[in-house]
Amino acid sequence: MNIDLLAVEEAAKMLYIRALKMLPPDIKDGLGRLQQAETGATAQSILGTMVRNIAVAEETDNLLCQDTGIPIYNITIGRDVQVDGFELQQAIRRGCARATREHPLRSSVVHPLTRRNEHTSCGIGVPVIHIGFDETPETLTLEMIPKGSGSENGSFLRMAIPAEGVDAIKTFVIDCVLAAGGKTCPPTIVGVGLGGTSDLVVALAKRAATRALGSRCADPDGAALEAELSQAVNRLGVGPQGLGGDATAFAVQVELAATHITMNPIAVNMQCHSARRARATFAPAGLSYGF
Amino acid sequence: MTHHVLDMPIDEAQVRALRINDTATLRQTLFGIRDATQIHLFDRGRRTAMDLKGHAVIHTAPNVRKVERSTEHPAGYAPICIGTTTSDRMERFTQPLMEREGVRLIIGKGGLRDGSSQAFAQLGGAYLAIVGGTAALETTWIERIEEVDLDDLNPESLWRFSIRDFGPLLVAMDSHGGSLYRTVQADNAARRAEVLASLGVKA
Repeated sequence: MNIDLLAVEEAAKMLYIRALKMLPPDIKDGLGRLQQAETGATAQSILGTMVRNIAVAEETDNLLCQDTGIPIYNITIGRDVQVDGFELQQAIRRGCARATREHPLRSSVVHPLTRRNEHTSCGIGVPVIHIGFDETPETLTLEMIPKGSGSENGSFLRMAIPAEGVDAIKTFVIDCVLAAGGKTCPPTIVGVGLGGTSDLVVALAKRAATRALGSRCADPDGAALEAELSQAVNRLGVGPQGLGGDATAFAVQVELAATHITMNPIAVNMQCHSARRARATFAPAGLSYGF
Repeated sequence: MTHHVLDMPIDEAQVRALRINDTATLRQTLFGIRDATQIHLFDRGRRTAMDLKGHAVIHTAPNVRKVERSTEHPAGYAPICIGTTTSDRMERFTQPLMEREGVRLIIGKGGLRDGSSQAFAQLGGAYLAIVGGTAALETTWIERIEEVDLDDLNPESLWRFSIRDFGPLLVAMDSHGGSLYRTVQADNAARRAEVLASLGVKA
């Protein structure tokens, strides 16, 4: 299958706008579950406002949140797909800039030293583009995540050691949720990365934070830890917006990798309640959009 | 718990009447301010001709469309999506914002710290919590972008909005030392040991 790069550019543009306006069904369902379980009056009122906002965004065709985030594109290339990798990246960049200029969207991206904003949502190394491969025949998928800064600033790395064991992991996750308080716009998805190297563990935490609700860590021990920590964080009382309540997190989600015999790396990355993502799939039958 | 309808600007007596857990709806005028706006105003000595005395500021950097100036768009900008950002990053600007510019109310999400609580008590101010990530709804409370200053910092310019029934907002920090965030954080810290024990973590 040959990939039309003009179609990729257009999809990269559409995905950014679509992600900012439409929440995935798993997140909407998650909010509904948190509403049912919530016992706090202030917390109930806040969750109600969040649900109302989703409806207003859809009715007015507006962005859910003012934060257009740091644009992230996760590309998965299946088997028997012919595409020029360099040109693919350029097409995604152009689509991202076009979404920003043509909608228009607030460009939230600046140079880290000069703080200069190019007003394209692009800059050195941004949009963040990850390219991976899988065995699905003749399929190319683009997943777009506008990562809001409130939750992204709630990112933590700890290079624990083997003697600290799993206790260090559990303690670190709990303490990160407490340190984040209301700043990460809870209820959040708490993404936990375990193992690997310092860079890989942070990437795993981001992948965990941006996975669909209801999905499970492929590793059974990781999945068991997810279930245990998901229960625990909602007993801390942080609540929606850090104003108290049961609904601190939709879930704790874990991704892990093997690590060194001397290492026990832990990373936490959070996703806010406006857990936005959008997906485009190129296949021989054509292009389709989803979450 | 009282609901206050405030026609902005307000005086010290009006802000001192606000208590935590009260709610407030604002009318008339609201200013938008952000990290870069305050870094330039207070660290780099820039000034604005806008009069913020007695007013409310919201921690924001809006999505706007540049348009021809008109009665509907006097600043040459049409609002697209206006919401709020995490306030904590701007903690150190509360005092100068109140002292130099005369601001009475700060609207944001996630709360401010003890330094801001002290400034609210000394100078007469309060923090109103808006629900973060609900900008589509909040945009319907904005009538117009009336004026813009420090626009080289766009989108982190200083914005003046005209508003219609902006709220209800929750009084989360008041001028009497009350802070819902401090109360919640103390409660959360007290639960930590029990939660860790339930996870089998050895003390």
